[in-house]
Amino acid sequence: MLVSTKPDTSKPELPVAEITPDAQGVTSSERAVNQSVAQSVQENASHASLNGPAKMTAEGVNLHYGSKHALKSVGAAFPEKTITALIGPSGCGKSTFLRCLNRMNDLIDNCKITGDIKLDDENIYARGVDVVQLRQRVGMVFQKPNPFPMSIWDNIAYGPRLRGIKNKGLLNEIVEESLQGAALWNEVKDDLKKSAFGLSGGQQQRLCIARAMATKPEVLLMDEPCSALDPISTLKIEELMRELRSQYTIIIVTHNMQQAARCSDKTAFFLLGELVEMDASSKIFTDPTDKRTEDYITGRFG
Amino acid sequence: MNPSLPVQTPSVPRVRPLPPMSSSLMAKRKLSDNVMRGLCLLATLIAIIPLFLVLYYVTIQGIKVMSPAFFTEVQRPAGEPGGGFKHAIVGTLMMVGLASCLGLPIGILGGIYLSEFGQNRFGFVVRFATDVLNGIPSIIIGVFVYSIAVLPVSQATRSWEEPITFSAWAGGLALGIMMIPTVMRTTEEIVRLVPHALREGALALGDTRWHSTLKIVLGSAKGGVITGVLLAIARIAGETAPLLFTAADSLYMNLNPSKQTASLPVRIYLSATSPDDHWNALAWGGAFVLVAMILILSLLARYATRTRA
Amino acid sequence: MIASQPEKPSLFKRNSKLDARTTDGIFYWSTFAFAALILILVAWLGVQLYAAASPSVKQFGLGFLTSSVWKTSDDPISPDTYGAWPYIYGTLVSSFLALLLAVPIGLGTAIYLAELAPKWLRTPMSFMVELLAAVPSVVYGLWGRLVLIPAIMPLQTWLSEHASSIPVVGRLFSGSATGQSMMAAGLVLAIMVLPFISAVSREVIKAVPPTQREAAFGLGATHWEAIKGPILRSSRSGIIGAIILGLARALGETMAITMVIGNAPSADFSLLSPAATLSSKLAVEFAEASGGQQSALMYLALVLFGITIVVNAFARLLIWNMSRQVKGAVRL
Repeated sequence: MLVSTKPDTSKPELPVAEITPDAQGVTSSERAVNQSVAQSVQENASHASLNGPAKMTAEGVNLHYGSKHALKSVGAAFPEKTITALIGPSGCGKSTFLRCLNRMNDLIDNCKITGDIKLDDENIYARGVDVVQLRQRVGMVFQKPNPFPMSIWDNIAYGPRLRGIKNKGLLNEIVEESLQGAALWNEVKDDLKKSAFGLSGGQQQRLCIARAMATKPEVLLMDEPCSALDPISTLKIEELMRELRSQYTIIIVTHNMQQAARCSDKTAFFLLGELVEMDASSKIFTDPTDKRTEDYITGRFG
Repeated sequence: MNPSLPVQTPSVPRVRPLPPMSSSLMAKRKLSDNVMRGLCLLATLIAIIPLFLVLYYVTIQGIKVMSPAFFTEVQRPAGEPGGGFKHAIVGTLMMVGLASCLGLPIGILGGIYLSEFGQNRFGFVVRFATDVLNGIPSIIIGVFVYSIAVLPVSQATRSWEEPITFSAWAGGLALGIMMIPTVMRTTEEIVRLVPHALREGALALGDTRWHSTLKIVLGSAKGGVITGVLLAIARIAGETAPLLFTAADSLYMNLNPSKQTASLPVRIYLSATSPDDHWNALAWGGAFVLVAMILILSLLARYATRTRA
Repeated sequence: MIASQPEKPSLFKRNSKLDARTTDGIFYWSTFAFAALILILVAWLGVQLYAAASPSVKQFGLGFLTSSVWKTSDDPISPDTYGAWPYIYGTLVSSFLALLLAVPIGLGTAIYLAELAPKWLRTPMSFMVELLAAVPSVVYGLWGRLVLIPAIMPLQTWLSEHASSIPVVGRLFSGSATGQSMMAAGLVLAIMVLPFISAVSREVIKAVPPTQREAAFGLGATHWEAIKGPILRSSRSGIIGAIILGLARALGETMAITMVIGNAPSADFSLLSPAATLSSKLAVEFAEASGGQQSALMYLALVLFGITIVVNAFARLLIWNMSRQVKGAVRL
């Protein structure tokens, strides 16, 4: 049905500085990527759940913003307890797709979605689905840290309280657990009653991750969580993701291919609203099937 | 548990599931969501009702007395049919004109000062003073102008016919003072939006500061300034309290600004509070004309902003 | 003006009397003068009011604020006595009544227009609410006097007959229904401050970054929970500022109140009896007053001036405070 348009390779912006060809040309950056990939792929290999049962699947997802066709028949499967990275140039639809997975696009006017997205074999776009319960099971961390204007403690306790937990002791446990999970506990444990706005950008983002974890979601969506952060905070959040992998299904949108290679088990490459290729990260970053994927990851694009 | 999992890092605790949420709690949350959204809609409807009622009565009752005579005749003594609000309409136009002569130059030039030179302590104090002036009840402006422009003149002339010399001058002064804060702050805000590059561009061509500010900066902010001016005029055209003891009132046509002068709002007030039914009816007519004037000014103001872009 | 020999251009030479430096100086100082005029005006206003009120201030002191007697005697031997309490009371109570009605409704309207209403409805509805704010107060007074009061007479009569026997609350409805009353003033005033409160609150709520909303939805909040929690929390001090600015307007409002409140100093706590406010007293009596009475009226004006300045300054402080907080929120 769907006529795929020829990829327009003229303009996509390449935001990743590390792999932009330098004087020595493409090969050096290629090598750099491949080296780091080789290491991380080894690490990832030990975590062999890639062929496990799918936590979420998408089939034939089409999305229109008004007259713009933003997602074209996208299909993907996200195995349980793995990290999947969505990569691609700006405006390729990867964030849009991510936001479909917990129906955040419902907030946008004249946005039409067709196709099936399933969470544990239940279609999340079916009639009668409770969006509120869906979002409690599929949490989200946004591009920019967005703490609420409350204390650190209240920020974390917000989600659990919505679910009716009033017991102060239990809330305290959840707050500590989540902050420890987000590797923030040691930095803020004496300031839990202080405003979350006093934290640095990196700390705010880890707070937002902790806040999302406090509702104990089954799937955690992360929309470029490190794009507004400095390298050290980025490193901390990457470590965190690797640790969380054993417990959550994580889907992350990133512009940073090093990051995708380092952290993810699976990688999906988007271009102009299409899912071009999706495979184990080790495969995508060393031996991609599609020419366009290869061009993109080697920085030959644009 | 997957046996191939790597050894857990001790810092990450296991995820313990939260106690399940009872379905009754979910139902309760849904219910309160719906109830509160419904209440907000209800509040909006309640807020809109008086608007419709006020506009409905002003229109229905006002149109009843609309006739050429309403615009060409002065009010007749209570009890006599006929008559109109010509003197009040003319008086309002005259005093709004006088007020504009006073309020617009001060407001616009003062606004230019604030945006171009006012990033200092003095500018801060002036801004605070305009906020104060804006917040002063209009009746106090009336009392103030009475004590500076009506009382001294009365004491100087000591005429037996007019023991207190109310005048359109004083009314215009009071309305002009009320205009200044609105015009000044909107001018400041609009002029500040003009990109800095535009100013630098003109100065780099060897233009003087005053010429580039008046010609280029004010020129490109024209639409916004006009909007501010129109809104300020719309605001003062309906003011009653500052006119009560300055221009006072009159039943006669008057074009001499040194005499006491009728205005639409004051005439509406006095006709509405009189026991005479016909005067009450004329008050609706006055209100209709006044609201129509203000509505047209507000729409023009919106139009001026729209064409600016 | 043809030079016989070409002169060397110089950056320091002035080629005419009206050169750029002079004209720019004139321009600067004239705009400065107009800005300074505002300062002078406000200072003059305060000084003039105080000067005009000073005979009365000297005579009655602060006791003026608590005394309830307002008596002008023609008898030269027994002096006039004036007290402001009934008018201060009327001003505060009518404004309080107005806020009691206008705050919940105005806030609900603001939330609806900023968050809940369908997109196509938001602009026309907001325009209508703003239009309500542009209608002059004398028109509200006219409507209140000739339409609203006759309409609420049956309610007032019913309250006076049935509600006045309730133990404590009954005092609010004691006496007979008179139409022009504190109740009518509160209603009209509520209708007048409502559009102001809802328009300003709507702006404040709209200014809350959309990321706050997304974060709450992302955690599984319902729409109302998102509004109640992060959205209203972010806009709280702005909304309080809007309410206080609305209060300042209500305190100074003159014409509409004068036309519906009955203009008799309130004798009891009943909402059904006529009352008077500082501004309505001025509107009714000032034009005919002279001598000591005029000075006492000036004292009333001074009191009103003081109250509104304090309330306004408080509101500005809150709004400044909020803009600081918002800056903090976007800091990265």
